[in-house]
Amino acid sequence: MRVVVRLASALRTYAGGAPRLELDLPAPVTVAHVLDAIDVAHPAVGRRLRDEVGIVRRHVNVFVGPDNVRDLDDADTVVPEGAEVAMLAAVSGG
Amino acid sequence: MPSSSAQQVLPTIQPMEAIDASPGDVVVLVGTTKGLFSLSSGPGRDAWTLTGPWFQGEEINAATLDCRNGRTRLLVGATSSHWGPSVYRSDDLGASWVEPEPHTLAFPDVVGAAVARVWQLQPAGDAQPDVVYAGVEPAALFRSDDGGESFRLDEGLWGHPHRPQWEPGGGGLCLHTVIPDPSGGPRLGIAVSAAGFYRTMDGQTWEAANNGIRAPFLPEPTPEFGQCVHKVDGHPTEPDTLFLQHHWGVYRSEDFGGQWTEVGADSLSSTFGFPIVVDPNEPGTVYVLPLTSDEFRCAPEGHFQVFRTTDGGRSWHGLDKGLPQESAWLSVLRDGFSADTLSPAGLYAGTRTGEVFASSDAGESWRELARHLPPVLCVKPAVLR
Repeated sequence: MRVVVRLASALRTYAGGAPRLELDLPAPVTVAHVLDAIDVAHPAVGRRLRDEVGIVRRHVNVFVGPDNVRDLDDADTVVPEGAEVAMLAAVSGG
Repeated sequence: MPSSSAQQVLPTIQPMEAIDASPGDVVVLVGTTKGLFSLSSGPGRDAWTLTGPWFQGEEINAATLDCRNGRTRLLVGATSSHWGPSVYRSDDLGASWVEPEPHTLAFPDVVGAAVARVWQLQPAGDAQPDVVYAGVEPAALFRSDDGGESFRLDEGLWGHPHRPQWEPGGGGLCLHTVIPDPSGGPRLGIAVSAAGFYRTMDGQTWEAANNGIRAPFLPEPTPEFGQCVHKVDGHPTEPDTLFLQHHWGVYRSEDFGGQWTEVGADSLSSTFGFPIVVDPNEPGTVYVLPLTSDEFRCAPEGHFQVFRTTDGGRSWHGLDKGLPQESAWLSVLRDGFSADTLSPAGLYAGTRTGEVFASSDAGESWRELARHLPPVLCVKPAVLR
């Protein structure tokens, strides 16, 4: 299954400048699968999204389509076919 | 060891100019809540250039300029409130930066902890020219044997039976001080707020070393550990002697922390403060920046002054020539005060309100080098080799 991941602008440099990543993952795909795949392909992006324990950083928001996964099932949220996953900076922070 | 081809080249951060300095010049790295700045000058320390900021928007709690072993390497511990902590390095005085890949200043999977912030990057002495220590939050020590390109956790300290009982100070549970053995031996001291001073004599086994340090905030007045040690410093020519700024009191040890004795209670304007700096030329000369109480934490009576002892802590005298002396409700954090290695010593103090003050005569007189910077977290001078 093809998953498109949109990156916050601050993250793009750590992915070779790409605004979006295209991942091929076996269905069904969860947000955790997407984050794991980013860790492998772009570790400098991955560690900016999650800490060593695997927790999504407090001021990082992950959206599946229009929905923040914190309002769904967090990393267990299923990514539907065709949905875009967005990794964005929260408006909070320093 | 990571290869250079795998290293991440950081994006251009404007302005991304290099520090304009040559061998013999003085470079003062100034870490703030919003990025890294530098102040640079010739050896006379009379005309200064401000450069930066690099890493805009990130907290810079740790920075060092490592000139050992032929390097001219900037190492910076930066924390983005969004994207977490990292360590960056530059071998061209800030024109370009790399982030090691793989990223090893991180807890191993089995530990189940995550680095929140890098509090200290401490090169060892010239006898260990490739060793760099990193102190992090939650309190842990990492060691690099390749000049800060890769790190590994000190498992002996992490596994210490006291560690689960360590309590964080106001800044977090941070390992903020590392005292390497200047002879290159295995002896090492570290300090954690609010766990106290710990030492290892063999490089493997650690012990609390807080005898004599009062802890009025705990039920036991002199506990084995739990002291809120704010900073410790020593001198390489007298490595057994240490000076310590505690939450309550300034202390001296003659046996690398085996026993501590309070000094200065009768001559300091306040025994509360954060930084403590030993003069690079005179091992018995020490500087502190007293603050009023742990509740107020500003210069006593709005009179900003450095206190200096030249007799190992027995007597202290205020130095304020050139420093603001009225309505100056300033404060300096634990790494916001430091000395260069020239003679007489250059001293540099960065405040939480964005001023940087400097002395080029061991504290006798001061001038303001910068103002209106973001709150200063660390000030780290070096003389380029």
